[in-house]
Amino acid sequence: MNEIIVALAIGVLTASGTWLLLRPRTFQVIIGLSLLSYAVNLFIVAMGRLKVDAAPIVVAGAVPDPAAFSDPLPQALVLTAIVIGFAMTALLLVVLLAARGLTGTDHVDGQKDEAR
Amino acid sequence: MPDTVLLITLLVLPFAGSAVAALLPVNARNAEAWLAGAIALVALLVVCACFPSISAGTVLQARHDWLPQFGLEFRLRMDGFAWLFAFLVTGIGLLVVLYARYYMSPQDPVPRFFSFLLAFMGSMLGVVLSGSLIQLVFFWELTSLFSFLLIGYWHHNAGAREGARMALIITSAGGLCLLVGVLLIGRIVGTYDLDLVLAAGDVIHASPLYLPALILVVLGALTKSAQFPFHFWLPYAMAAPTPVSAYLHSAAMVKLGVFLLARLWPALSGTDAWIWIVGMAGLITFVYGAYVAIFQHDLKGLLAYSTISHLGLITILLGLNSPLAAVAAIFHMVNHATFKASLFMGAGIIDHETGTRDIRRLSGLVRFMPISATLSIVAAASMAGVPLLNGFLSKEMFFAEALDVAGPLPVVDRALPYIAIVAGMFSVAYSLRFIHGAFFGPDPQGLPRTPHEPPRWMRFPIELLVFACIAVGVFPAHTIGPFLDVAVRSVLGAATPEYSLAVWHGFNQPLAMSFFALAGGAVLYLLLQKRLARGIEAVPLMPGLDARSLFDRALVLISWRGARSLARVLGTSRLQPQLRWVVVIAIVAASWPVYRQGLDFAVLPAGSPDFALAMLWAVGMACALGAVWQAKFHRLAALILTGGAGLATCLTFVWFSAPDLALTQLLVEIVTTVLILLGLRWLPKRTPAQWTWAGLLRALPRRSLDLALAIGAGAGLATVAYAVMTRPPAHTISDYFVTRAYPEGGGTNVVNVILVDFRGFDTMGEITVLGVVAIAVYALLRRFRPARESVPAPAQQRAQEENAFRDDMMTPLFIMRLMFPVIVVLALYLLVRGHNLPGGGFVAGLTMAVALILQYMAGGVRWAEARLNLRPVRLIGIGLLSACATGAGAWFAAHPFLTSHSAHVTLPLLGELHVPSAFVFDIGVFVLVVGATALVLIALSHQSIRAHRLPPA
Repeated sequence: MNEIIVALAIGVLTASGTWLLLRPRTFQVIIGLSLLSYAVNLFIVAMGRLKVDAAPIVVAGAVPDPAAFSDPLPQALVLTAIVIGFAMTALLLVVLLAARGLTGTDHVDGQKDEAR
Repeated sequence: MPDTVLLITLLVLPFAGSAVAALLPVNARNAEAWLAGAIALVALLVVCACFPSISAGTVLQARHDWLPQFGLEFRLRMDGFAWLFAFLVTGIGLLVVLYARYYMSPQDPVPRFFSFLLAFMGSMLGVVLSGSLIQLVFFWELTSLFSFLLIGYWHHNAGAREGARMALIITSAGGLCLLVGVLLIGRIVGTYDLDLVLAAGDVIHASPLYLPALILVVLGALTKSAQFPFHFWLPYAMAAPTPVSAYLHSAAMVKLGVFLLARLWPALSGTDAWIWIVGMAGLITFVYGAYVAIFQHDLKGLLAYSTISHLGLITILLGLNSPLAAVAAIFHMVNHATFKASLFMGAGIIDHETGTRDIRRLSGLVRFMPISATLSIVAAASMAGVPLLNGFLSKEMFFAEALDVAGPLPVVDRALPYIAIVAGMFSVAYSLRFIHGAFFGPDPQGLPRTPHEPPRWMRFPIELLVFACIAVGVFPAHTIGPFLDVAVRSVLGAATPEYSLAVWHGFNQPLAMSFFALAGGAVLYLLLQKRLARGIEAVPLMPGLDARSLFDRALVLISWRGARSLARVLGTSRLQPQLRWVVVIAIVAASWPVYRQGLDFAVLPAGSPDFALAMLWAVGMACALGAVWQAKFHRLAALILTGGAGLATCLTFVWFSAPDLALTQLLVEIVTTVLILLGLRWLPKRTPAQWTWAGLLRALPRRSLDLALAIGAGAGLATVAYAVMTRPPAHTISDYFVTRAYPEGGGTNVVNVILVDFRGFDTMGEITVLGVVAIAVYALLRRFRPARESVPAPAQQRAQEENAFRDDMMTPLFIMRLMFPVIVVLALYLLVRGHNLPGGGFVAGLTMAVALILQYMAGGVRWAEARLNLRPVRLIGIGLLSACATGAGAWFAAHPFLTSHSAHVTLPLLGELHVPSAFVFDIGVFVLVVGATALVLIALSHQSIRAHRLPPA
């Protein structure tokens, strides 16, 4: 039944992230991308199914049963995704700051269009 | 085996020579000429050496596997027809090199010229010798490319650039058509092997793809051979240096179109469609080219239109579906190459020695350069079809064919002999114009230079070619006979007809037609005297249909106006619509398979939901929605709320057995928060504007759309996630990783073993990205110009410094400093245990970076840098290099890159240690992550203490 909670969480995070992604202010976009990456990371981990108390750490020497562990592959993927997500956030932030300095506005198009 | 050597030598030699020629010094005119001449001569000798086996009827072959999985091989093949062309290409190439030695001025950058010329020769040989259609198209396009470079050789001249561009666009577009046509043929026959394709004529004719394939291949041939309506590039290509014209536009490139038609004659000809398309294009070009040529004032322009016309003649002959006509076509290809190359060279000599090519300014040159004049007169006579010269023989064969053509339309059949005579008269008229205009009449007035005979060896190629014209014209059977015979047999095979190469066939209709054309041409030239003397540029009776201006207009339409209006209609420079499209496309792409396949939910696994998890996510979702709500006006609040959602995510990872993820997420959360906090002060203060009903109404449609998209995306992803999670897991490669992690990777933490061992190469790429991003951030911030109002210290900071609030921070500062060694030890612990327990290079590196940044926060940038000598860029380098070195270490054990190896080391006190090389790789990851994270954070924090220059007002 925990699946429902995780699915709901993914849904809400995605919707929040997508909404912010489409907003006109740079800071909204960066927060939106953060939320969206939480959602995507949770989604990828969820693709390996949810297991409690089954961390993928085998016992040295014994022959492990793959079914007894949570799926390590999505976890490895997500681990790199988290780190790359951090790099992306850092780069985006600095680009936004530079754009703000050059254009004088924090609108994503670099134009002071207050109507949007 | 010798076949292979001969053919490969023939193909490789010119390209090798081209590379060498390109490297010689700019003023090495003689060295270049010797080199190019030697290459051409050796190639010619190789071609000659092939003749004995060719004449015995064998086909020389050389093959090499290229893409065996697609049934493609690199295949060279020389039969009689290919031999004849190879002979023309190398033979005339040699003469052109000799001629160019004298023609090119010492100021010209000759290495480029000879290098391109040799490369062009190589490409021509590549086309001629190709045994596979795909390979043929490849070399075909190479010839287009090198002809572009050669026509545009004098690139300071706008005409040369224009001509080169036009030639390239037309011929390479034709080449693309040819490629598609060839692919269709390959689909019909099932192979690109030339021998098999030629043998499969019936299969090709019967296929429904025959017509498209035919049209596309013929388009390729017509564009290359400058046939109507693609003829207009050739006159503009006359901006090329004359040796190029003599080579490309008489013997070589423009002949490729008719070469291809003849080459594929057995496979494609024999249908009404063939007659209609090929024959008609040839007929129109033949008449049109000859007519326009009369009214050209430029010697080379006249020759260009004459070339167009003669190629049209060859095209008609090939299009008649008659083997005898095909013989005449092949014969005329050789004859035309001989007299036209010598005429171009003659025109070049006139240009070179008088400084002009304009017929209106030239006259009476026979008295200044008698030998050259005589040679050109003989060659022009051959072009006109005067008896006892080679042009006469093939033209008479054409007249004979015109008399008994049996095409699908009787009217055209009956008219053809008359059209042939008229066009013959035109060609006599323009030949007379060439002869009479340039060489006879009064002495020329006001020429840029006083004309005289050219250097001895500049004339030599013409002498040789004109000698060939006469020899073939008088003794055809003894000179060209055997060579023509092998060529014809290799094209027509069993269908080779009986033909006679005699000069004299008795008084017959073709002979009468020839004399009619000669006499009529002379009369026509006399009648036109008055008009030609006026020197008008226009061509009479030609409507204002100018293919060139149509071409230009089409180009402007496609490349400029079309592109611009497309950009206007579909493009935007605004980010929001673009992102909206990205979201829409993502939703559609994800929904499409669900729509097609349906989505069925399995039975929910038993068990009630965890109350704690539900509470956790109640908070988490509230945080996410709160962040959405606050992101516009309260950035700090939004950031904190985002952190809340991040923590919920992190705890979910702990909950569902992903400890490594939880650790990484937690640390990234900390670092990101610090990072954005550092950036916040550079963003403008934003206060809610007075909202109005009008503003709200204006924003309503956009916001509703965005809301719909957001809810659609969220609901969709949630549904898919739920559907997958309720299904039993499938067996994936994860099983492999779990079972092999310890025996092969030497670690019990499967996630870490995947990262540093099984998929180490991915991780390598990832840390490279991280390093690149960090350096990009650093570079961007070096030239950072903050907005004007954010330059002074923010109000909070000023308040803090004015009042003695610093003491309030003493306790946290003390704890932060005290924590430094503890966190460093924790980082190292996480690193060391990472292979067996949750931890690893990424986590440890982030922890270490947190330790460093805490010191910056506690003491300020200056305090921290006085005590810590951190070189983040160097750390990035060291990390990347040590990861690479670990990977490369596997090479010494003759394993592929990044193969891991475990060493057992016994240390005093610690006992036996198990040290996999992947651990060393992980240390590289650790060092890089420390460096990259620290670089980003420090670069941003430095901005606050940097003295910012205000931008000029």
